[in-house]
Amino acid sequence: MFANLDQIFVLLKQWAVGWLPASWQAAAGVLLCVVAIICVFPGLFAITVLLERKGLGRMQNRYGPNRVGIFGILQPVADGIKSLTKEDLVPLSADAVVHFIAPVFLVVVVFMGYAVLPMGRNMTLVHLDAALLFYFAIGASTELSVFMAGWSSRNKYSLLGAMRAVAQMISYEVPLLMSSVAVVMITGSLSLDKIVAAQNQYTWGLPHWYIFTPWGFAGFAMFAIAATAETNRSPFDLPEGESELVAGYFTEYSGFKFAEFFLGEYVGMLSISGLGTTLFLGGWSSPLAVLGWVPSWFWFFAKIMLSMCVYIWMRGTLPRLRQDQLMNFAWKFVLPLTLLNLFVTALWRFMGDGWERWLVCSAILVLAYVVMGRTGMHRDHLGARRYRYAD
Amino acid sequence: MLGEGILKGLAETARNFVGSYFSAERLTTVQYPEQRIAPIEATRDFPFLVYDGADWEAGLRCVACQICEKECPPKCIYIEKSTGKKPDALGKPQFYPARFDIDISVCMSCQICVEVCPFEAIKMDTEFELSTTDRFGGLLYDRKELAKSNEHYHKIHPTEAAAVDAHLAGEKAKADAKTKAAAAAATAKAAASAAPPAGGGA
Repeated sequence: MFANLDQIFVLLKQWAVGWLPASWQAAAGVLLCVVAIICVFPGLFAITVLLERKGLGRMQNRYGPNRVGIFGILQPVADGIKSLTKEDLVPLSADAVVHFIAPVFLVVVVFMGYAVLPMGRNMTLVHLDAALLFYFAIGASTELSVFMAGWSSRNKYSLLGAMRAVAQMISYEVPLLMSSVAVVMITGSLSLDKIVAAQNQYTWGLPHWYIFTPWGFAGFAMFAIAATAETNRSPFDLPEGESELVAGYFTEYSGFKFAEFFLGEYVGMLSISGLGTTLFLGGWSSPLAVLGWVPSWFWFFAKIMLSMCVYIWMRGTLPRLRQDQLMNFAWKFVLPLTLLNLFVTALWRFMGDGWERWLVCSAILVLAYVVMGRTGMHRDHLGARRYRYAD
Repeated sequence: MLGEGILKGLAETARNFVGSYFSAERLTTVQYPEQRIAPIEATRDFPFLVYDGADWEAGLRCVACQICEKECPPKCIYIEKSTGKKPDALGKPQFYPARFDIDISVCMSCQICVEVCPFEAIKMDTEFELSTTDRFGGLLYDRKELAKSNEHYHKIHPTEAAAVDAHLAGEKAKADAKTKAAAAAATAKAAASAAPPAGGGA
């Protein structure tokens, strides 16, 4: 029974496709999966927006939305109706075609990333050998969409926001990739299915997730920082810094096109949480061996929703960084640590199974963190700005 | 160590998140249309005209001197002086505003009209639920809509209104004393002019 529940979506798909002639079945199966992905993740987006608005409210000692439906649960519906019925404005001097394509492109690209994510046992749309490579290639093209939006709007704020976004996303792409490479080094495969399979083992009932190793923990921390920056989330939301740039690259967007950017951002967050979950948190595997009977897809979605909650928590806590702080942090702190982490991973791989590797790897990473935190992130770089002449 | 502050911040927001569900005094906002917080005494938004007594038209303190109209930075006040005169609070015949309009869509709540008024006739209101479906006529208030009683003024700004009342009472006492003195002087003069012939006769 539990085995059937675990595979319920796979069985449903097989049942639905079974009605069609054999030559159509493969194509119809893929189409069905695509439709499922396109329906499920915007649904999660709606839930996340509600959680975010209520959660941020509570973190600031407010009620949050509580008028639409019981406890305000229909707020995302109201938001959706609002953005659908709003007037869609395009500036007179804007490049109308590019202005139109940019949000569509963002949504399409963001959804393409889901093609390779294993969302449960046997629940990967495309079993690519180079899935991780595909994911990063697709993920990098969101920058193009952002720049298209900023450039085509013919607005200084939009352009500034887009420039910031491109600078930030390219800077953080490097640590994002480098922290994932550590996983590839241990697993020996770029296939996300194999990465999950490697973590889906248990010793004394505890899982072999990569986050429970020194290099995996450091890698996950770096990955989370880079992923936050990559999705333009607070505290790295400079591209849309509303206090200085109105709304950044989507200043000139209204109505449904704005909603598309909003959707793209959140679906992108869900997607990169899914990748982080797959790489470091064991993907769809259960956190304890005794919980193995719970459906695998439940664990995957529980883990990504948990990451969304952490995203919201971070947003409710941290103020926005300054541009120079952002760049210093990427190039002087995160990148060197990820490079060191690659070395530590190699050490871990070749030191055998004893306790020594735990000690050595942890010591190197903690030492590097403390030293770099003291020196690299000295007050001159991250602290309050000092005015040389004004004082 | 690096990141220590972030953890402290995360703990703080987590405390707020959980605490706001359990202790109502943490919540800084109220459920607005049902629950309301009384405005603080210094609140101000748009001007109104003060009147004394029961009849708003007879009791208006305004004498249509047009100082506020001239001083208003965004020029949102329009006054037409009356042709006739009516007695003011001191009993002196004065002009009164035949028309007194304020366009509150233009008003910037600077309170300069209140500062310059020598007759304590214009004061700032605290009423803020002024939305209307007519953005031109609905936001242009005439003197009837602007006229509010001195009791209303006492209710919204008690301290200030008491000071104003004391000042006006002082003015009235001074004016009364002056008229009394003038009357006394007049009677004395009359008596003096009547006395010499009497004295001469004596």
